[in-house]
Amino acid sequence: MRAHLGRDLSLAVDRIACDGSGLCAELLPELIELDDWGYPMLTGGPVPDDLMTLARRAVDRCPVLALRLVARQPAARASRPVALPEFVRR
Amino acid sequence: MIGAQSLPPSHGRTQPQQQSTARLLAGPPLADGTESHAAHVARLGPLPGRIDPGALVAEIERSGLLGRGGAAFPAGTKWRAVAGRASGGAVVVANGAEGEPRSHKDRALMAARPHLVIDGGLLAARAVGAGELVLYVGSDHHAAIASMRRALAERRGDALPIRLMEAPARYVAGESSAVVHFLNEGDARPTAVPPRPYVRGVGGRATLVQNVESLAHAALIGRFGAEWYRSAGRDSTPGTALVTVQGADGMAKVAELEYGTTLRELAASLGHDARDHRAVLLGGYFGGWATVDAVVDVPLDPARLTERGLAFGCGLVALLPAGTCGVQATAGVLRYMAGESARQCGPCVFGLGAISAAADRLAERRHAPDDLENLGRWANQVQGRGGCHHPDGAAGLLVSALEVFHAEFRLHQATRRCSADGTIGLAAAASGPGDLAIGRAA
Repeated sequence: MRAHLGRDLSLAVDRIACDGSGLCAELLPELIELDDWGYPMLTGGPVPDDLMTLARRAVDRCPVLALRLVARQPAARASRPVALPEFVRR
Repeated sequence: MIGAQSLPPSHGRTQPQQQSTARLLAGPPLADGTESHAAHVARLGPLPGRIDPGALVAEIERSGLLGRGGAAFPAGTKWRAVAGRASGGAVVVANGAEGEPRSHKDRALMAARPHLVIDGGLLAARAVGAGELVLYVGSDHHAAIASMRRALAERRGDALPIRLMEAPARYVAGESSAVVHFLNEGDARPTAVPPRPYVRGVGGRATLVQNVESLAHAALIGRFGAEWYRSAGRDSTPGTALVTVQGADGMAKVAELEYGTTLRELAASLGHDARDHRAVLLGGYFGGWATVDAVVDVPLDPARLTERGLAFGCGLVALLPAGTCGVQATAGVLRYMAGESARQCGPCVFGLGAISAAADRLAERRHAPDDLENLGRWANQVQGRGGCHHPDGAAGLLVSALEVFHAEFRLHQATRRCSADGTIGLAAAASGPGDLAIGRAA
């Protein structure tokens, strides 16, 4: 997949505004999953060209305008997995 | 140019201290209460009057002073960011909210050395060109508030307005965007960033939110210089830091250590043997657990601890006595963290709630079969998914607990027994003994 030409755009969620409607994950399951409570988890990284239209639609349709496209990838903490001890991993 | 205008505070006029590294705590013992302005000036000399703001920022940068609120962010970098704003005024906030429930170092400092904190705030204001200094003190830190009020009444001729504001007694009230939110709107909950406080903060002005201990160090750096500051520190990070040490028999002491001191030495200096304890919670509730065996001789230095996945944080060193249950101790911390969510972000409200409930069930051995596995998964799910870092702190603490107390968690999970008291949890009779073991053998 090619990155978006020009400025790379990434998805970002305003966590305070988000109320967990889950619409974004329905519209863009390629880049957005829901956690156990229905709040979006982003895969992170630039939105690929072929998903940009869908991404813009997800942004436009968020009922509380919590989803945005931003020019820079939000801090890596958004997607960094925690290193879990072996015994709790399955 | 800032130089050693008089002797450093650990020498010369001051009383000899038990600890040679005492700087903030040099002078009369903490138990003597608030140091008066006259005594403060007699001991340390007046705050230098003429300092070029740019030189001051550079001096703080050279000193290597780190923020002491917990994040260990270089103070000089923050000062430069505010000083370098494109336009408009600025504000300095001396952050003494100290919402960490087990940390006492900021309140102890404010109660005993209020003029060091105020001096540091004034220096910072001069360095960044701020027109106001706000002292933001946790509303339940009564001795600190009384001390700061008394100190303000004693001072004459300070160059700018100083106001004291009481911070709500909540864990997140000291988070920098929450500080700004409270001062602007009376609501001490974090806000979505950007804009960050150093860009647009109190009253729309660029705002330097700096922990009170960091400012107290800055007050000494302003007098004695960066080289003097850097003359302490035994490992990677220069200087000294205040710590709160807790341990068996209810010990809770505030001490000043030279960065790089080991846990063994710190405990010994307070008359305790670190090895009487099985584990230690380092850095506060945003920090993590480690076994005493693993860290007893590791330098207590932000860089060295970070290398090991640990944190110096707010300087909490909470020793868990031998014979106490790490699962129960962790469940208590997680219950607190869940209760202290500002309840703004779903992953924090629901995630920490679920984590805390599962940890409680495991601690009390009335857990569901998948509780332990869920704890691991949820730690990952909540990581990085709040408007502020509150859920990250809880997740990090949980992950460290799962590592350090893995045998204990497995014992609870598999046998419903607790090594600390040997009792069997309530639901044990129903599910039968040894119904499952998870993961690898111990």
